[in-house]
Amino acid sequence: MKEYIDTGKKDTRSGFGAGLLEAGRRDNRVVALAADLKGSLKMNAFAAEFPERFVECGIAEANMVGVAAGLALSGKVPFCGSFAEFITGRVYDQIRQEVAYSRTNVKLASSHAGITLGEDGATHQTMEDIALMRALPGMTVLVPCDYNQTVQATLAAAEFDGPVYLRFGRPAVPNFTNPSEPFEIGKVYKLNEGGDVTLMACGHTVWEALEAARLLEAKGIYAEVLNIATVKPLDSIALAASAAKTGKVVVCEEHNAAGGLGEAVAAALAQEGICAKIRFINGGDRFGRSGSPAELMADYGFTAANIAAAASAL
Amino acid sequence: MKTNRELAAIASQLRRDIVRMVSAAGSGHPGGSLSSADILTALYFNVMEHSPATWTRSAAGQDAFFLSAGHLAPLYYAVLARAGYFPVSELGTLRRFGSRLQGHPSVTDGLPGVHRASGSLGQGLAAAAGLALGKKMDGDSHTVYALCGDGESEEGEIWETALFAAHHGLDNLVGMTDVNHQQIDGRVEDVAGLENLSEKWLAFGWDVICADGHDFASILDAFKLAGKRDGKPKMILFETVMGKGVDFMEGTHEWHGKAPNAELAARALAQLDETLGDY
Repeated sequence: MKEYIDTGKKDTRSGFGAGLLEAGRRDNRVVALAADLKGSLKMNAFAAEFPERFVECGIAEANMVGVAAGLALSGKVPFCGSFAEFITGRVYDQIRQEVAYSRTNVKLASSHAGITLGEDGATHQTMEDIALMRALPGMTVLVPCDYNQTVQATLAAAEFDGPVYLRFGRPAVPNFTNPSEPFEIGKVYKLNEGGDVTLMACGHTVWEALEAARLLEAKGIYAEVLNIATVKPLDSIALAASAAKTGKVVVCEEHNAAGGLGEAVAAALAQEGICAKIRFINGGDRFGRSGSPAELMADYGFTAANIAAAASAL
Repeated sequence: MKTNRELAAIASQLRRDIVRMVSAAGSGHPGGSLSSADILTALYFNVMEHSPATWTRSAAGQDAFFLSAGHLAPLYYAVLARAGYFPVSELGTLRRFGSRLQGHPSVTDGLPGVHRASGSLGQGLAAAAGLALGKKMDGDSHTVYALCGDGESEEGEIWETALFAAHHGLDNLVGMTDVNHQQIDGRVEDVAGLENLSEKWLAFGWDVICADGHDFASILDAFKLAGKRDGKPKMILFETVMGKGVDFMEGTHEWHGKAPNAELAARALAQLDETLGDY
């Protein structure tokens, strides 16, 4: 199968920080807003280089989203960031009215998403954010898979005209995508060709899907691996083409079942008239708990071994 | 500049428009629309630097007004139409299927004069603070105005913005509160007791101006004071009467969100002079 090299583990939030800085250098309309989590969101470099374009809002996320909408109206390209729970669930109505319905060009930067936030536990581990943001009319939902892709996704979000939800995480994870490949919003990235089963994933689980494909190949099962970095709008045609070829699909995501990638994929395949066996690997219907990211990934089954096992069982 | 007498004539027509629009729609919010009518008349016809011909959602090079209390849509649409943003004939379409005049303001259909959607309370002041900050970043010296209700001030986000705007020295932001003392469930002091609003805004670091929201001399004086650029955001507390101008709607929460039937509308219109011609 196609070789992917981990060039050294890096956190995707640092990819956002690097992308934000570069976006700021390319376009002076780019501004950043933080709610007392500038450091956690890796906005420090941007804030140091562009202090006049960095807006500290304090621990007041609702106001931050409104201010971002107002800045967007004035022609800025605001990235407002917080932990995933606090930039979605806490401010859903503000995003709905001031960003989505009002069509303001606000970018929601969502860090520490999923269970891999780790030790802080379930109050901070949102596994529902993709569902919330997918539900909003006109919202674009991006879930890049590693540091390099998060840099590029941030640049693409800055150039895109419209509301964007950009989800990334806290732990250091393998960094393997091409650092100079521009991010195309709406594109499904085919990381490996295969005819026996399709492994679909987004975010941190993409690397695990690639590892699973390696495990499967050793058993003579050839897996296609799709990195669904744009969860909305979803490229149904690309998904359908792969599912029609293999007839078997495993969808793995660091998110609960309701409203996540798995349901989106299932709906897309049904709509396209594709008959395929599907297995979902997700958080089901539960809250997270404290633990190291690795422990939690294992507990939830977000591992290459579990993905490979699910694929083998189809 | 209009004289106070001319402003009063415009406000009378706006009140007629409001009553006719809401009555024809069979639903809507007349009470607060009537209490804020004089404030927005002064703002749009004598205070704001704005031009319907060159208006954009960005409000570049102009003053801007954000309606935070989106249920005052009937007043908002009437003042925009009377100020020349769109034909007054469109006012009769309020809340109808296919109309740009949604029950609460929307930008979906590109209604001129409307910068952002509103209806979910407590959010307009934050967006206004964002635009005011954007204007400062751009060196645009124009002012951003936002109108809230006193009941709306029960929303926590209002006070997040109160902290934010003072901290960032947004002296080009003018908040206005229509203190009409009524909300859906009853008198504000009975529902959630805001106590001393003036002291609250002062404590948050704002310049506070108190005015009679039905006296044009007082309203215009307040806006003049609010023009001071002293590093502090401004809050004008307009003392008003809910349902002002229609005797059976005055001073009661009963007409917060209820449409008069044809008979009551006629009774209301008999109390309001037609000064500019009904739509």
